[in-house]
Amino acid sequence: MKKRILLMCGCLAAVLLTAGCSGSSAGENGEVNVYNWGEYIDEDVIDIFEEETGIKVNYKTFDTNEDMYPIIANGAADWDVVCPSEYMIQKMLDNDLLLEIDFDNVPNLSNIDPIYMNTVKEFDPDASHAVPYLWGTVGILYNETMVDEPITGWDCLWNEKYADNIVMMNNPRDVFAPALISCGYSLNSTDDGELEEAAALLTEQKPLVLKYTTDEVRDMMIGEKAAIGVIYSGEATICKDENENLQYVVPEEGSNVWLDCWVIPTTCKNKENAEKWIDFLCRPDIALKNFEYIYYSIPNSAAIEMIEDEDILNNEALFPDTEVLSRCETFHYLGEEAEEKYNNLWKQVLSE
Amino acid sequence: MMKKLGRRFYLFLIILFLYAPIGTLMVLSFNDSRTSVKWGGFSLKWYQRLFENDTILAALGNTLLIAVLSAAIATLLGTSASIAIHHMKKRRQSICMSIVNIPMLNAEIVTGIAFMLLFISAGNLLSIFGIHFEMGFGTVLIGHITFNLPYVVLSVMPKLKQLNISMYEAALDLGAGEGQAFFRVVLPDIMPGVLSGFLLSFTMSLDDFVITHFVKGLGADTLSTLIYSELRKGIKPEMYALSTIMFLAVFLVLVFVNLNPREQSAAYRH
Amino acid sequence: MYKKSLSCPFLIWAAAFIIIPLLFIMYYGLTDKSGSFTMANLMAVATAEHSKALFLSLGLSLLSTVICLILAYPLALILSGSRLGKSGFVIFLFILPMWMNFLLRTLAWVVLLDTNGVLDTILKFFGLKGMKIINTPAAIVFGMVYDFLPFMILPIYNVVSKIDVNVINAARDLGANSFQTLYKVIFPLSLPGVVSGITMVFVPSLTTFVISTLLGGGKILLIGNVIEQEFMKGTSWHIGSGLSLVLMLFIIVSMILSSKYDHGEGNVL
Repeated sequence: MKKRILLMCGCLAAVLLTAGCSGSSAGENGEVNVYNWGEYIDEDVIDIFEEETGIKVNYKTFDTNEDMYPIIANGAADWDVVCPSEYMIQKMLDNDLLLEIDFDNVPNLSNIDPIYMNTVKEFDPDASHAVPYLWGTVGILYNETMVDEPITGWDCLWNEKYADNIVMMNNPRDVFAPALISCGYSLNSTDDGELEEAAALLTEQKPLVLKYTTDEVRDMMIGEKAAIGVIYSGEATICKDENENLQYVVPEEGSNVWLDCWVIPTTCKNKENAEKWIDFLCRPDIALKNFEYIYYSIPNSAAIEMIEDEDILNNEALFPDTEVLSRCETFHYLGEEAEEKYNNLWKQVLSE
Repeated sequence: MMKKLGRRFYLFLIILFLYAPIGTLMVLSFNDSRTSVKWGGFSLKWYQRLFENDTILAALGNTLLIAVLSAAIATLLGTSASIAIHHMKKRRQSICMSIVNIPMLNAEIVTGIAFMLLFISAGNLLSIFGIHFEMGFGTVLIGHITFNLPYVVLSVMPKLKQLNISMYEAALDLGAGEGQAFFRVVLPDIMPGVLSGFLLSFTMSLDDFVITHFVKGLGADTLSTLIYSELRKGIKPEMYALSTIMFLAVFLVLVFVNLNPREQSAAYRH
Repeated sequence: MYKKSLSCPFLIWAAAFIIIPLLFIMYYGLTDKSGSFTMANLMAVATAEHSKALFLSLGLSLLSTVICLILAYPLALILSGSRLGKSGFVIFLFILPMWMNFLLRTLAWVVLLDTNGVLDTILKFFGLKGMKIINTPAAIVFGMVYDFLPFMILPIYNVVSKIDVNVINAARDLGANSFQTLYKVIFPLSLPGVVSGITMVFVPSLTTFVISTLLGGGKILLIGNVIEQEFMKGTSWHIGSGLSLVLMLFIIVSMILSSKYDHGEGNVL
């Protein structure tokens, strides 16, 4: 019977050991662990990178900035290079979670339009931690055949005519932005009174909303399950390709403009490879290939010059003119206390 | 007669209720159109694409491996535990049984986050000693073994209670070693319980989402967690195709086993 | 003597993976970020949004438990009285759906219940007005009943099918009519199964976050959703643990209630 016990203990030990060692075979030049948004890259680009550099890419995706943050902050996994949005980068910087990027290893940075590096300085003052990847606006996508008049502003989201035909995003910052702007406040407001006013507006809107979701908006709009949806500009272009009744508009009251950048978190184990990855994505041909697959605006001026299709260059969702951009604002990280305020108010809206 | 008809009808309604979604999924798996709303004609293309979809196949591999391993280890651990508990004094026995039952009676979400807190803290602790530990396949396996344990114990215990201990003693008296006596006398008697514990564990592990969701980290996606992450982008119809295949496979196996009355009792009775 | 040493692996496992994780929840639930003791996380349940979520969860899960009981009890009686009841067929019938993935099964109801979905189309075909179910609390109750009904049927069936026919015959011989037999004999005898079924439906319904995510359209916040978000969105593990402790109170109460009635017979799963 001793043997049997030994066997059991052996099993136990084996399980415990395998638990820790999730070994993966590295490429000839090591590996790089990339953590990106879902559907945010042309997967061929990963293959080309692996082929050219001999570095194995372990690629995983997250759904929202808020999902990604605790994973980096708790050190739940060792990511080498991550792609958060500007306000989240600011939060990560505040919490000392980012390493400085050695720009000597990123010569292709010169392809990035300096305008965007200036935007980076808004949240990373010496612009040493982040390299812009994609950007866009937040706006309203609507189905011409399902609305009575062209949509121009946020007020349609509170119009009872469209009850059960409205799709809203599903995270506190994105959902509060339209409400705050409608009240005439900044989407970076931290004022209790302003936030409560916005929350009251959202509570009032709730019965009209068909669904709160960030990623399903696309399918719902294409499938004509809803008339109006709040959506990112890149998704809007894809939607228009699939359903020609759809129109994208950045509301006249103003909206959010965002910038997603590559950053290297402190959990990084392969910093040089991470920098190679960033550099590779800044290469004009790669940036273009990526752009043609995902249709989000690129900050890469060298790649934009290579675009030949006039229709794409004239696409206002992808290349909004300066007038549109002048009414848009980026999100800022507002600190833990304000973050908690947003979360609690959002919970209150949902629990009504 | 009317009464019997009424009963049949009621049974039919409940079965319809339980199987309607399954039928729906099966129908969708043959739908040529990608969206779930419109019927675009009969097509087998999702079945074909399924076998080209590495992500789904990898998740299937993980799911099956975790189900087999966790059921096997839980069966070993649970059977030995049952034997041990069976021979304990009344008081210790009831304490042990309450502990065994915790993962079954507790809410899955609580079990899940408890595991997550444990594994992340363990990871942080181990990293002080320079050992790298992160959630992944192994932690999912541990989670599944743990919530499978009560099902094994609950299947094996009743068999042990029915067991005639003097048979075992007789075997010993007749010169069998302890091991021999166990494998030759005790084990065959409790085998139906052991088997049903294994099958139940396997099923539970296969169907689990909540606990996996919290302990998978970033490494190991099972079918459930893959479906959950696909939710946002829209479920790929290949997934319907896969579930249809799995469901029909199990259906056929169970029908076959059910037609064979001797094995049937082994598979279902506790 | 082999029996004693056999318990070692199990005891180690149980300590490491059953007891210690629960202690972690207690630790996080009773401390704040700096690690000092606080009751604030437990009291967090009293805030308007959390208590509303909790009461909504309690309401919906009680409702779905009652519906499950009403649906399952007659079914268990029918099954135990018919030929189908023998031969493991029943368990076969109600375990089988579990082989279709839980998320997909629930998700299929979106297709069935959606506006212009299958049910809507059928209703309209018969000239009835379509129902607006999806993304409402009703859809969630629907999902709960669907997902957990087998856990009500099996324990009740298991107990009812073991009731000695002679007992029922005796009741009849002594002049009880069918209703009296049901009420005075069969029901009291089936109580362990009923109680076990109630806990097995109530606890997962109370704590679910998946069903509300899938069928609620993001509009309905149950206590399970709150806890899940506290952990997965990284807002606060401490509050999440505190709320879990509060939930566990409810679970423990229902466990105690069930152990009072249940002496092992009710446990099928």
